[in-house]
Amino acid sequence: MASVPFEYGLVVAAVLFVLGLAGVLARRNLLFILLSVEIMLNAAGLAFIVAGARWGQADGQVMFIFLLSMAAAEVAVGLALILLLYSRRKDLDSDALTMGAGSTDIPGANGAEGGQP
Amino acid sequence: MSWMWLIPALPLLGSLLLGVLGRRMPAPWVAAVGTGSVGLSMLLAIAAVWGGSTVTLTLWEWVRVGGFSPSISLTLDALSGVMILVVTGIGFLIHLYSVRFMAGEEGYSRFFAYMNLFVGSMLLLVLAGNLLLLYLGWEGVGLCSYLLIGFWYSDPENGRSARKAFIVTRVGDVALAIGLFLIATNLGTLDIADVARRATASWGPGSTLAVAAAALILGGAVGKSAQLPLQTWLPDAMAGPSPVSALIHAATMVTAGVYLIARTNALFVLAPAVMSATAIIGIAGVLFAGFSALAQTNIKRVLAYSTMSQLGYMFLALGVGAWSGAIFHLVTHAFFKSLLFLAAGVVILAMNHEHDMFSMGGLARKTPYTFAVFLIGALALTALPPTTSGFASKELILSRVWESGGVGRLFWLLGVLGVFVTSAYTFRLVFTVFGGQPHGGSAGHGANGKSGLADGPDGRQAGLIMGAPLAVLAVLCITGGFLDFPRNLGGRPFLTRFLETTLPAWKQVGEMPSGADSVLQVISEVASLLGVPVGWLISRRAVRAAAERRPGELKPAFVRFFLGGMGFDWLYDRAFVRPFLWLWKLDEHDVADRIPDGVGGLSMLLSRVVRLTQNGRVRWYAAGVAVGAVLVIAAAVLL
Repeated sequence: MASVPFEYGLVVAAVLFVLGLAGVLARRNLLFILLSVEIMLNAAGLAFIVAGARWGQADGQVMFIFLLSMAAAEVAVGLALILLLYSRRKDLDSDALTMGAGSTDIPGANGAEGGQP
Repeated sequence: MSWMWLIPALPLLGSLLLGVLGRRMPAPWVAAVGTGSVGLSMLLAIAAVWGGSTVTLTLWEWVRVGGFSPSISLTLDALSGVMILVVTGIGFLIHLYSVRFMAGEEGYSRFFAYMNLFVGSMLLLVLAGNLLLLYLGWEGVGLCSYLLIGFWYSDPENGRSARKAFIVTRVGDVALAIGLFLIATNLGTLDIADVARRATASWGPGSTLAVAAAALILGGAVGKSAQLPLQTWLPDAMAGPSPVSALIHAATMVTAGVYLIARTNALFVLAPAVMSATAIIGIAGVLFAGFSALAQTNIKRVLAYSTMSQLGYMFLALGVGAWSGAIFHLVTHAFFKSLLFLAAGVVILAMNHEHDMFSMGGLARKTPYTFAVFLIGALALTALPPTTSGFASKELILSRVWESGGVGRLFWLLGVLGVFVTSAYTFRLVFTVFGGQPHGGSAGHGANGKSGLADGPDGRQAGLIMGAPLAVLAVLCITGGFLDFPRNLGGRPFLTRFLETTLPAWKQVGEMPSGADSVLQVISEVASLLGVPVGWLISRRAVRAAAERRPGELKPAFVRFFLGGMGFDWLYDRAFVRPFLWLWKLDEHDVADRIPDGVGGLSMLLSRVVRLTQNGRVRWYAAGVAVGAVLVIAAAVLL
């Protein structure tokens, strides 16, 4: 059985990871940032699987199962937070939701009707 | 009497307990610990003095450096016995009074912790058998006076008064410290008995070293006992609560200087010039403080200047060598001055913390009990019958001053003038506060705009806990003189005989014609009686002037001069404080300041840069994490 070369798998994982990172950095919508984080997680998972296959050990698959369950939990919490934020602010622009740098604009402080700060 | 160490240890332990756990204790426990520790100490002191013998208890050796090994030792003899009875006895009554007086105040446990520490330090001071241990108690007393004068620290003015007391007495303390260095280096010991022995053996009368040592000790005593020229802290020390004033004036703080001189009398005997200086400082203080008291408007400030004046009599007695006379006056003064301060505290409480005596008036009818005990205290202060305490001790001092001959006759004359002034300012106070008509609730009087009596008779104002100490002190004022009543009036000198087991006996210079003491007593009593109507006249005039004076109008210049304590504050401000502040301004930005300023500036700069990264944008943070991870991995791979 012809196996995919080890390096190919790693390259695909790296490309996926960079795509995800670019998404996190470039996207402003929180939903897409969350999606990009998922892509990065899966890139890491792919790297584990490839490494497990390379050395013929089950550890890589075990780690992938861990990653899957963790990603599921993360999505559950993250989506709940995003939903809550949206219901308060009607906006998911991460740059508009800043609370640092002396900003007095606390999300949700002015109620559900305050859309754009 | 190996348990003697418990006498100072109990209040110190009480202070520690209250300081650590006091905030968690309910108020009755705090009062029980604070009062109980001093009360137990008083019982032990009575038992120790009843035992009667002179005991020295060496607890342990402090340090051994070469041949110099000061020990922690306590000495109980007649002098320290009398002192511990006064300190614990009066201290206990004042603590008992404070239980009610300070009730509901913020920092109730803090107050009792400081008071206990105060009494403990003073007991350490008087029981110390070693000048180094004495100095420890001396500084403890100074610290506690600072803490208690500034007890109501939320008012910056009170903090200023506390600092002033601490700094001015510090001037004297430095002199005392240098004196101790001098004694330690020249005599090789600080043990009080050894110092006396070796000084007498190796220093001749009037030798430079003896004069220097005695003068430096006198400097310390002048600072602690608020005598000229270091007296400016005492009137401002009235910022503290009334029981604190009573404790400072009667039992603990200001008596320390008199005690110190009496304790080191061997050095003073070797330095006649310093003895004369002590007498001159004393008589000058009597008159200076007496005249200043005549102009005061704050009830407690009158009493403060009165204390300085009475301490002047003690210094006068020490200066002519009447050691036991000074201690006797110290004891009787403790009786009547604590009574006066505690009674004034009741008046001040009744007047809603009003201190201006011209906003009072007519209190005799409103607070008859307080009036009665205050009058007893005032009569004792002015040496008038039916009280005996002030009379007996003042007569003892004045007759000794007369007997010392020479310039002593002049001192006696000035002392009698002081008796007259004392009587005048005391009865000015009594007539102004208790005589006349009540002012009612006339607004505008007083700093806080509140005037007039709080509801209720003084029976409720004083209460049993505050009233009982007043009654005990009043009885002591009336009977205290019989400790050492003049011999020509059928008295016997119990206290003098007891004290002369420790202190040198009185050496009469000239021959006294028989009946002379009676003549002297009549003259000073007449002077005191003359002061009563004069005090009444001044009070009438001052009350009328206070009522007629428009707001903002100044009093006559000479009244302001005496009101401000004869300009000493003004002088010290010009001579020391302002030049110092000027120098400080001049030197504010010198090279040494560049280093802390530079460190501060650099921190500010860095903070401004680093603050840019905390912009609250989640994508920037993600980028930061990514770049950081890349850098870490790069470092791990490349290095």
